[in-house]
Amino acid sequence: MRRERWTDLWSLLLLLFGSVFMVAPFLWTISTSLKDRRNVFEIPPQWIPDPFTFGNYAMVWQESPLLNGFMNSLIIVVIVLTVGMLVSAMSAYAFGKFEFPYKGVLFLGLLGTMMIPYSVVMIPQYIGFSRLDWVDTLLPLIIPGLFGNIVVIFFIRQYLQSAMPTELIEAAKIDGSSFPGIFFKIALPIMKPALAAQAALSFMGIWNDFLGPLIYLHTPEKQTIQVLIASMQAMYIGQSDYPMIMAAAIIAMVPVIIVFFFCQRYFIESMAISGIKG
Amino acid sequence: MGTKLLSGYRRKELAWLYLFVAPPVLGFLLFGLVPILFSIYISFHKWDMLSDPQWMGFANYKDLLADEKVFKSLYNTVYLMIGIPIGMVLSLLLAILMNRKIAGISFMRTIYYLPVISPIIAVSLLWQWILNQDYGLLNNFLWEVFGITGPNWLGKPEWVKPSLILIGLWSGIGGNMVLYLAGLQSISSTYYEAAEIDGAGAWHKLTRITIPLLTPIHFFVIVMGIIGAFQSFSQIYVLAVDGGPEYSGATVVYYIFQHAFEYFNMGYASAVAWVLGILIFIVTLIQFKLSNRWVYQD
Repeated sequence: MRRERWTDLWSLLLLLFGSVFMVAPFLWTISTSLKDRRNVFEIPPQWIPDPFTFGNYAMVWQESPLLNGFMNSLIIVVIVLTVGMLVSAMSAYAFGKFEFPYKGVLFLGLLGTMMIPYSVVMIPQYIGFSRLDWVDTLLPLIIPGLFGNIVVIFFIRQYLQSAMPTELIEAAKIDGSSFPGIFFKIALPIMKPALAAQAALSFMGIWNDFLGPLIYLHTPEKQTIQVLIASMQAMYIGQSDYPMIMAAAIIAMVPVIIVFFFCQRYFIESMAISGIKG
Repeated sequence: MGTKLLSGYRRKELAWLYLFVAPPVLGFLLFGLVPILFSIYISFHKWDMLSDPQWMGFANYKDLLADEKVFKSLYNTVYLMIGIPIGMVLSLLLAILMNRKIAGISFMRTIYYLPVISPIIAVSLLWQWILNQDYGLLNNFLWEVFGITGPNWLGKPEWVKPSLILIGLWSGIGGNMVLYLAGLQSISSTYYEAAEIDGAGAWHKLTRITIPLLTPIHFFVIVMGIIGAFQSFSQIYVLAVDGGPEYSGATVVYYIFQHAFEYFNMGYASAVAWVLGILIFIVTLIQFKLSNRWVYQD
C-alpha cells in the first residue's frame, strides 16, 4: 500500500514536470500578446508584461475583419453540423438496424471514401465549384458537408447495433408507428450520446479546417477565422510585430477552448471510442 | 390479406430506407467518385483553367518522375513520420502515469489535451515565435539551463524538419495519450494479478502484458499517423513559407497546392495528387496485410 502511494506521487510529479512544457507555450503567447511592441525582445524573457496592454487585441480587431471571420466560421459550422449530423444519423440508422438490397455494396462504397485523400479531390472539386461560380463564397465549404459524413455514420451505426435492440423497432411497428416516427421518437434519443461525441469532434475539424477555406475564400470579409489569422502572419512577420500575431493566435484559440471546456467529456469519449473501435 | 399488408409495409419501409441512405451515397458520387474520375482526366492534360485543356498523354507523369522537388517534398513528408514512434512512446508513458486514481489527474489530462484541440494555425504562429533564433523562448531556455546556443530552428534547412516534428509532438501526444488511456483501462486486472503471483516485476508486466495487449491501439495510431503525415499542409503553410529554406519544409500536399493554386498547373498538380493518393493507398494496404502478424485480437 505504501509503495503504491509512492508510485502515485512519482507519477504526479513526472506529469507535473511534463505539463510545464505543455503549458509554457500558451502562457508565453498570452504574455507576449499583452506586451508593448518595444518590450518583446528583452533578454532574458519577461513573463509578466510591463507595461501591460490590451492594445494589441484592439489593433488586431481593427486591422482585420475578424468579426466577419468568426461569423463565417460559425455559419459553416452551424449549418454543416445540424444538417450533416441529422443526415448521418438517418443513414446510420438505416445501415445499422435494417436489411435491404445492395446494403453491403453501398456501405462498402461509402467506407471507400474514407480512403480518398482530400488532396486528390480538391482540384476537381475546385474546378467544379468555380464553374458554378461558387469561389469566394461559403458554399463549397457547406454543401459537401450536408450529405453526411462517413466517419460519423460508421460510429453511430456501430453504436446503434449494441445500444438499440431490434425488438424495440418491432414493438413500435406493431404499435403502428411510421418509419420516420420510430427514427425521430426512439432511435434519435438513443443515439444522442454518440451523436454528441461525434458532433464535438466534427466541430473541431470544421472550425480548425484550413486548406479548404484557403483555396476558396479570397476576399478578407468572406474568409474564415483561420484563414484571416494565417494572413495576419504575412502582414506582421516582416515588422516582427509578435504581440499582434500572438494576440491574433489567442483570438483564434479562445472559442475552441471554451467549447472544449463545456464539452470536455464528449471529446475525450469520442477520441477513446474511435481508437478502440478502429 | 395479412401477408399483403405486410409486404405493403415492407415496400414503404424500403422506400424510407433508400431515402435515408440516399444523401451520403449521393454525396459520395458528387464529391468523391466524379471528382476522382475527373482528376484522372485532368492529370493527362495541361490546363490553366483559362484556355482549353490540352492532351498531354503521360507527359505529366514523366515530368514528375524527373522533378527534383517532387522527391524532395516526398522525402520531407516521410521524414516527418519519425515523430510517430517518438510520439507513441511518450503518449504511452503519459497514459501509464495517468492511469491511476489520484486527485488532479483529470486536470492533468486536460492540460495535455489542450494542444490537440487548438487550431493548427494558431499553434503554428505560437511556435514560430517560440522558435525564433535570438528572442525565442526555446533558445533562451536552452542557453540559461544548459548553456547551449540554440540553432536557427526555422531558418536553417537541417533544422526545419526537426522543428516540425517537435511541434507535432507537442500538439499530438495528448490525443494518442487519451487513446492509450482508454486501452489501458480495458485491460483486465486479472492479467496483472496472475503475473504478480508468478513474481513478474513492473518491467515484465509492461513488456509482456501492457504493450502486447495494446497492439490494436498501436496499429490505429500508426495507420492514422502515417495517413495524417502524408497529408500535412497547414503547419507547413505557416512555418515554412514557400517551402522553407531550400524547400526543406515542403510536403507533397504543399507542392500540389503550389502547383494547383499558385501556378494553376491543374494537370500537373493532379498527376502528383494521384501519385500521392496511390502511395497512401498502398502503404495503408501493406499495413493492414501485415497487421495480423503482430496485432493482438481477442
